[in-house]
Amino acid sequence: MAYSDKVIDHYENPRNVGKLDDTSKFVGTGMVGAPACGDVMRLQIQVDSDGVIEDAKFKTYGCGSAIASSSLLTEWVKGKNINDAEQIKNTEIAQELALPPVKIHCSVLAEDAIKAAVRDVRGKQGI
Amino acid sequence: MTMPIYLDYASTTPVDPVVADKMMECLTTSGKFGNPASRSHVFGWEAESAVEEARADVASIMGADPREIVWTSGATEANNLAIKGCAHFNVRRGKHIVTSRIEHKAVLDTCRQLEREGFELTYLDPDASGLIQPEMVSEAIRQDTTVVSIMHVNNELGTRNDIASIGKVCRDRKIFFHVDAAQSAGKTPIDVEEMNVDMMSFSAHKLYGPKGIGALYVRRKPRVRIEAQIHGGGHERGMRSGTLATHQIVGMGEAFRLGREMLGSETDRITRLRHRLWTGVADMEEVYLNGSAQQSVPGIINISFAFVEGESLIMALRDLAVSSGSACTSASLEPSYVLRALGLNDEMAHSSIRFSIGRYTTEEQIDDTIKKVRRAVGKLRELSPLWDMFKDGIDLNQVEWSAH
Repeated sequence: MAYSDKVIDHYENPRNVGKLDDTSKFVGTGMVGAPACGDVMRLQIQVDSDGVIEDAKFKTYGCGSAIASSSLLTEWVKGKNINDAEQIKNTEIAQELALPPVKIHCSVLAEDAIKAAVRDVRGKQGI
Repeated sequence: MTMPIYLDYASTTPVDPVVADKMMECLTTSGKFGNPASRSHVFGWEAESAVEEARADVASIMGADPREIVWTSGATEANNLAIKGCAHFNVRRGKHIVTSRIEHKAVLDTCRQLEREGFELTYLDPDASGLIQPEMVSEAIRQDTTVVSIMHVNNELGTRNDIASIGKVCRDRKIFFHVDAAQSAGKTPIDVEEMNVDMMSFSAHKLYGPKGIGALYVRRKPRVRIEAQIHGGGHERGMRSGTLATHQIVGMGEAFRLGREMLGSETDRITRLRHRLWTGVADMEEVYLNGSAQQSVPGIINISFAFVEGESLIMALRDLAVSSGSACTSASLEPSYVLRALGLNDEMAHSSIRFSIGRYTTEEQIDDTIKKVRRAVGKLRELSPLWDMFKDGIDLNQVEWSAH
């Protein structure tokens, strides 16, 4: 599998790896995928009272494209309002990372992850 | 660019320089370039004698008569010829064939084709260590069974079946027994008499010979008859037509001669390297050996690193040329059917690596490999939410995952 330089860069130097305090009502967690399918992404966002994402962390079990997709996503969502963050499309991620067709599902998973994280934090805040 | 450490000898091997030299003597005007089938001049005679010498070298690795060796383009063709050829020839006796789920695709796809033609197949499940037991074969045999095809050494696991005992079951019931020995020639002793084998497939390129050449052993006493799959000039006693590729055949003969000579010393050396590799990684948490620790060839070792995904592991191990149990590297996302057949769950199948050690592997390379594997597994587990959950004591089997 020939990966793009961007995938390799994110894979070699993943941004924002880690875990946020899931018990905080300002933290939303999106856990998507399944071990049996070969990828599990956990994306966490921490928002301020206006819904702006102050911090984002991820951990991903999956191929290089899955790791790169989630790493890139954490960079993109920081500073964004959750309303904007949940608008991020998998095609944008796939394009930025030049993912080959068989790896498009990795970008889909990343989109699902941010949507799930936003949904979670909204639920916690009752908005 | 520095080349990665080659640990994929089960996939293919480089040609031994001694073999390459001998092959080059069969190509140009100054060499044995003639058609071995040309009976009227010295060019043909020389080529023929080179081919016959090679035939004897190949035969002697398995204790066969040279007249029992049929040249093919490789083990895939040999498997096709043996299974289809024998099943078709004996179709009036019955249309049932027994094989296993962990055969190479060259056997499985051949069997699928026979199913499409109306044959009935029984696919045996291996035991948890990847072995096919003689009793399993015995129980699967029916009144109308004509062929049993079981591999000697599994290409993904390195497990070695008890061919002699399975052979005895088949011989007692008068059923033709075919064995795919692509991974075993020169790696473990073979004796077609002791093993009661009727047909056996071989490949040159797994044993430091060239690609594109293989052989099928076809027993003469008691005689095994097969239908040709490729028709033409009636070469190889009508079993496989086509001009013999002298240089390829000579290469295979020399490779098998060397393989037979070096079997003992290679086995000892590779066993030590295997042990070194395994002890170097086995003290990490959640590392599992797939297959059988006792009944295996030393050159293949298949290890699962739990909570690490296979393809990213391969990516982290870019400096190592190894194979993954995850087929993610191809277009499909299916984990290895061999590991699945052992009862491994998808995650463990996805997170497995096959290391295969060979003639040119050094101790330094193994030590380097251990370091790289430990670093990669450590890094990927730091990245893995599953590892976090495992460390937090969560049973991953109890989690409801969103399938996608």
